[in-house]
Amino acid sequence: MDQTETLAEYEHSHITFPQGMVLDCGVTLARIDVAFRTYGTLNAARSNAVLVCHALTGDQYVAEAHPVTGKPGWWDAVVGPGLSVDTDRYFVICVNVLGGCMGSTGPRSLRADIDSPNHSPSHASSPWGTDFPPITIRDMVRAQKMLIDHLGISRLFAVIGGSMGGMQVLQWAADFPDAVFAAIPVATAAFHSAQNIAFHEVGRQAIFADPDWQGGRYWETGKIPARGLAVARMCAHITYLSEQALTRKFGRRLQNAPKNPTEAIGLFGDMFEVESYLRHQGSTFVHRFDANSYLTITRAMDFFDLFTDHDGDLALAFQGTKTRFCLVSFTSDWLFPTAESRTIARALNRAAANVSFVEIPSDKGHDAFLLDEPDFHRMLAGFLRGCAEHAGLT
Amino acid sequence: MDAGPVRFVAKNMRVDLHLIGEMIAPGTRVLDIGCGDGELIEYLYRTKGCDARGIEIDMAEVTRAVTHGLAVMHGDADVDLAHYPDGAFDYVVLSRTLQAVERPAEVLRQMLRIGTRAVVSFPNFGHWLVRWQLLRHGRMPMTPTWNRPWHETPNIHPCTIHDFFDLCGQEGYRVESWLAADEAGRRAPWRRYPRLANLFGEQAVVLLTRAEKR
Repeated sequence: MDQTETLAEYEHSHITFPQGMVLDCGVTLARIDVAFRTYGTLNAARSNAVLVCHALTGDQYVAEAHPVTGKPGWWDAVVGPGLSVDTDRYFVICVNVLGGCMGSTGPRSLRADIDSPNHSPSHASSPWGTDFPPITIRDMVRAQKMLIDHLGISRLFAVIGGSMGGMQVLQWAADFPDAVFAAIPVATAAFHSAQNIAFHEVGRQAIFADPDWQGGRYWETGKIPARGLAVARMCAHITYLSEQALTRKFGRRLQNAPKNPTEAIGLFGDMFEVESYLRHQGSTFVHRFDANSYLTITRAMDFFDLFTDHDGDLALAFQGTKTRFCLVSFTSDWLFPTAESRTIARALNRAAANVSFVEIPSDKGHDAFLLDEPDFHRMLAGFLRGCAEHAGLT
Repeated sequence: MDAGPVRFVAKNMRVDLHLIGEMIAPGTRVLDIGCGDGELIEYLYRTKGCDARGIEIDMAEVTRAVTHGLAVMHGDADVDLAHYPDGAFDYVVLSRTLQAVERPAEVLRQMLRIGTRAVVSFPNFGHWLVRWQLLRHGRMPMTPTWNRPWHETPNIHPCTIHDFFDLCGQEGYRVESWLAADEAGRRAPWRRYPRLANLFGEQAVVLLTRAEKR
């Protein structure tokens, strides 16, 4: 991999909140930027807003070409005119999470912009880097709430998200029940499992092990830890797929294999297609994602635990809630398996909440929530239609 | 007959809508266990303004119901009722599913814990045709109601109307109302004569409450 990779710079549209916020860790960010995109039109009653929460390496470009990669929006099969989350009916908001690297305040932000009270002058105008305070899922949600308040929306019609986005949905429903009419946590869990933390740790260690990481101060040399971040992405990407999906897509096929089957296959001359695929995933990732952001956000996921936050009883998180829930999981997802969603569904039952819960058959693993799954998309549209009727949205 | 993952004996929704629907008061909270694609739930919501929800074990049915905008979750009557709080519903409905669950008495107990009333419908194994076939041929009956061979049937706990009333007595449940009907849902006229209902009714619908503490 090229050692002189650089991370693309782009001005993302955002709102600055000069009042800042106090993080769960106790540190105060003196001011924060919240970058976001919207689609569709907010109605006069401000009652048709849908917040879409993105996953670990997602961003706010949910339904439009990505400004850095030029690729279609990450959920453009779901969010758009006439689609499941119909932008002809709903006003869709997607926010870059706090700690991210697409315009919201995060490790790439300059300290001069967003200063902690105890800063030293020598730090002025250099990025936070690994000194950026630890962020929680709740911090991310509170930053989103500031934006929603700023937009004059007192109740979101729906909050939707998969994976880490689903964690944000659960946090929204637990912390601001009156501000969420419908909650759709997809392929997610109420806490990050030991196995998932373990995979994240492998990724983080890969970044630390890259000499170009330079203790997190890689902006000083202009070299980014591309190799480490790419390995982190490769490792994580395996967890997003399933054995069936890998077998179906790649099997044991070799790339650049000789035409003549009797010709010897060099030990390292050829590569398995799956290797090539993962390397491609890793090398394209480093252009659009900041290594320190990756460290910050994976840590936020690891510390997510709605059980512990509510004295070990998840039902307490949702006591008395009027929110209508729809939990969705996928059969081949082993990162956030159906059992995790069922645990949440049962806690919601204990809280006598209104809950729908569906497992969608798919061999695509955790990534299924991002991919073409017609049953899932139809179900999402139908659930929202039903909720719209109950909410009196015409 | 196609032997799909059918958990029920020839569920007839038109019968449920009529016989069960009319036992449920408007504007109440209802949980339908084994709700299929949610037709009863939708009926109760549309015509009676009920807050109706469902549990269903067949995932394809759950998907259809949720896609239709109904509050249905995947779950198993034998396992998932334990997760609901006491008195969360005014009615808990179990339509032609009792005979297919692992532990019918426990399911009834849970129903009357989480709901103040239970509406239970079940196919009657005491019907004369069932009795006659077993007596005449010495083989497990095959009737329009009991229409799957013994080795394939999901109905592992068949009972008669007498059996059901006996269980209610043992468990201390009060039968608020009941009726027997044929497969098409036409009421049988033996409401005051359980012995005749047990002989001529193809199915029964019973409204139960917990008996007062004595």
